[in-house]
Amino acid sequence: MTGRRVELEVLRYHPETDAAPRFQRYSVDCREEWVVLDALNHVKETLDPTLSYRWSCHMAVCGSCGMMINGEPRLACKSFLRDYQGVIRVEPLAHFPIERDLVTVIDDFMAKLKRVKPYLIPAQARALEQGEYRQTPAELKRYKQFTLCMNCMLCYAACPEYGLIPKFIGPAAISLAHRYNQDSRDGGRAARQEEIAAAEGVWECSFTGACSEVCPEHVDPAAALQQVKIKSTVDWYLAHLMPWLKK
Amino acid sequence: METVHTDVAILGAGGAGLRAAIALAEADPKLRIALISKVYPMRSHTCAAEGGAAGVIKPDDSLEHHFHDTVAGGDWLSDQDVVEYFIREAPRELVQLEHWGCPWNREPDGSVAVRSFGGMQKQRTWFAADKSGFHILHTLFQTSLKHPSIERFDEFYATELLLDEGRCAGLVAIEMRSGRLVRFDARAVIVAGGGAGRMFPFTTNGAVKTGDGMALAYRAGVPLKDMEFVQYHPTGLPSTGTLLTEACRGEGGVLLNKNGRRFLQDYGMGPETPLGKPVFKTMELGPRDRISQAFWHEQKKGNAVPTQWGDAMLLDMRHLGEKKIDERLPLVRDMSISYMSVDPVTDPVPVRPVVHYMMGGIHTDIRAATPLPGLYAAGECACGSINGANRLGSNSLTELLVFGRRAALSAIEHLQSGAPPASDAALAGGAAAAQARIRELMQRSGGGETVAGLRKEMMQAMEQHAGIYRNGEGLAEACGKLADLRRRYARIELHDRTNVYNTDLLQALELGSMLDCAEAVVASALERRESRGAHQRLDFAARDDAKFLKHSLAWYGGAGAPRIDYAPVSITSSQPGVRDYSGGRA
Repeated sequence: MTGRRVELEVLRYHPETDAAPRFQRYSVDCREEWVVLDALNHVKETLDPTLSYRWSCHMAVCGSCGMMINGEPRLACKSFLRDYQGVIRVEPLAHFPIERDLVTVIDDFMAKLKRVKPYLIPAQARALEQGEYRQTPAELKRYKQFTLCMNCMLCYAACPEYGLIPKFIGPAAISLAHRYNQDSRDGGRAARQEEIAAAEGVWECSFTGACSEVCPEHVDPAAALQQVKIKSTVDWYLAHLMPWLKK
Repeated sequence: METVHTDVAILGAGGAGLRAAIALAEADPKLRIALISKVYPMRSHTCAAEGGAAGVIKPDDSLEHHFHDTVAGGDWLSDQDVVEYFIREAPRELVQLEHWGCPWNREPDGSVAVRSFGGMQKQRTWFAADKSGFHILHTLFQTSLKHPSIERFDEFYATELLLDEGRCAGLVAIEMRSGRLVRFDARAVIVAGGGAGRMFPFTTNGAVKTGDGMALAYRAGVPLKDMEFVQYHPTGLPSTGTLLTEACRGEGGVLLNKNGRRFLQDYGMGPETPLGKPVFKTMELGPRDRISQAFWHEQKKGNAVPTQWGDAMLLDMRHLGEKKIDERLPLVRDMSISYMSVDPVTDPVPVRPVVHYMMGGIHTDIRAATPLPGLYAAGECACGSINGANRLGSNSLTELLVFGRRAALSAIEHLQSGAPPASDAALAGGAAAAQARIRELMQRSGGGETVAGLRKEMMQAMEQHAGIYRNGEGLAEACGKLADLRRRYARIELHDRTNVYNTDLLQALELGSMLDCAEAVVASALERRESRGAHQRLDFAARDDAKFLKHSLAWYGGAGAPRIDYAPVSITSSQPGVRDYSGGRA
């Protein structure tokens, strides 16, 4: 068991008392195997009970603890101290308003997620008595990767377009729309197209791939965005050049 | 204080709360539904469940098998009429989730795949790799977005239930982002607030699992049932307590002591089964209580594997091969590497028992109704009771679906019963009192006690005296300690007196919930002078059906200790017998 003293530089902002965000330095006695979240919890318990941040599962599935760590969007529960030297700077996720300290306002994402209709719109209705829809392992594989999105929003913090054009629906919401579009049981693509093929939908994406790089689940939103673009383009050609096919 | 008028208020937006909300919205789109949670729905702890959800689906299985596995697994403390309802509804609920898009693993022919789980005599655990809870939660959350009548109140922390003339008629909650209190007037309330594992220091439970829903119902006069039954999951990572699913063993992983021996054969779960060929209800497919207890004995014998985080055993999955591990246990591999620096493909992973689940909870019946009219409960916070003295793995994800829906249907029946509206004066009075209590806590000074300090002492007491094995002396000491901690809790002083997202206040309130739940655990455990399922007494080593084939009920005693009394167990077809996990060769 080995210990290490870690210097954390944490963004603090309290709307009731602070005119602007500031940084606060904490010197924390940590264990070698700890993650950044453990260090923050240690601060909260022993040094400063006023520090606010979100966390819960400590196993990278609940998506609560997304933060900027040394400028990169990361889950604090999966950012190991052993991978950092020197001062570790911790800030709230970029591109979201700060509610307080490391807590961001995520209303924008929650509204966008709802807009893309991220639920199964069955191609064929089926009664419960008829049992499950048949879906082969290969059909499952076509969309499974996109189901792994935990809504941690690291991809929004990494996305240069979202930073510039807040109306952009963004990587996670589009990936989840794509997840249902790709599902063999689903017939709702047309209903989702309205949102995701609109100007602030996929076409805002300039394909830097930053979203896929930071995704802790390797959901690969960039791939979803490109697949949606291609399909939307095909739709356009079908509709404009071969309109009889739509009938 | 702002008042929200709703028909049904649901407290908690994890699996049970979301399932209830959808059932209400489907039953009547005109119902006003307030879904209130201290976290965003997708942060709820349902997301951390890994292995799967049990429901009979394959032709070689039967409802009778699932019934008997569950009742024997629970050491005959389950209410058998409730279990019958549960196993009958289970397959329907799992198909329903499939129709909503849940990405269950599949057989080559496209039907749903099932896997083996501990204590189950057939394969009946539906799974989505090793993130089954995650997918159930997200499927429910995303499906809920379809229903405009579900109004969410994300990051609202409920502090009190509001009562009027012996009925539950609403609640008061703090909006975290502003600090303001909001009163919810509701014709029915469903509590789906999850378990309370964070009262222990070493747990698989996320930070949110602080027993708030249990504590609210308890303080409102509803008893907490069978709280002494706390499940230790045998396989958590020693460094962090992170869960490695029972599916590791369902798929064929084995447990070894420091000598490389599959020691479960020395604890009535043998004979040893062939490596890579697990046998139902035998060895590593024994129930969680027995396996955790076997580890405790190995530790006493000096057969545990020492690690820098304390004693452990080894979970060996190497023979499963990389392909199967990646296909069926990808999260297990990822977490073992991340948090323990051990790759299960090449090395056995050190694991040890870890607090995982509360069998006990809010006293509910087969309709998910509590004794308080207008109040219903479902999920881990409730005790219905299907799990008895020991829950079988993969029954709880199904439970939150079956009883989440059931709570919604019962709430609708309550609305239709034509109860008169609650008195505004009574609700206003309750809300004002709730506000006064929060204000007093926020402004209190000179008390000198801290949240972190009391929380640590509580956790130590629980680990020391309410663990896998207990005795009367230790439990009595724990009761005294909890009483003392609850007295000192009244002297807690906050460092943060601001309004916006005040987690110092939040944690103080959560600590209050945990202290109440913890006291119910140790008081119930002290009075149960027998050993059954997950409650093992060194001073009363045998099960005692003559005296204790009954449910414990802990009644809130205000500043004093809880009062413990008992309720009968419902037995329909299975008389208490011997729990046999020796492949029928005992």
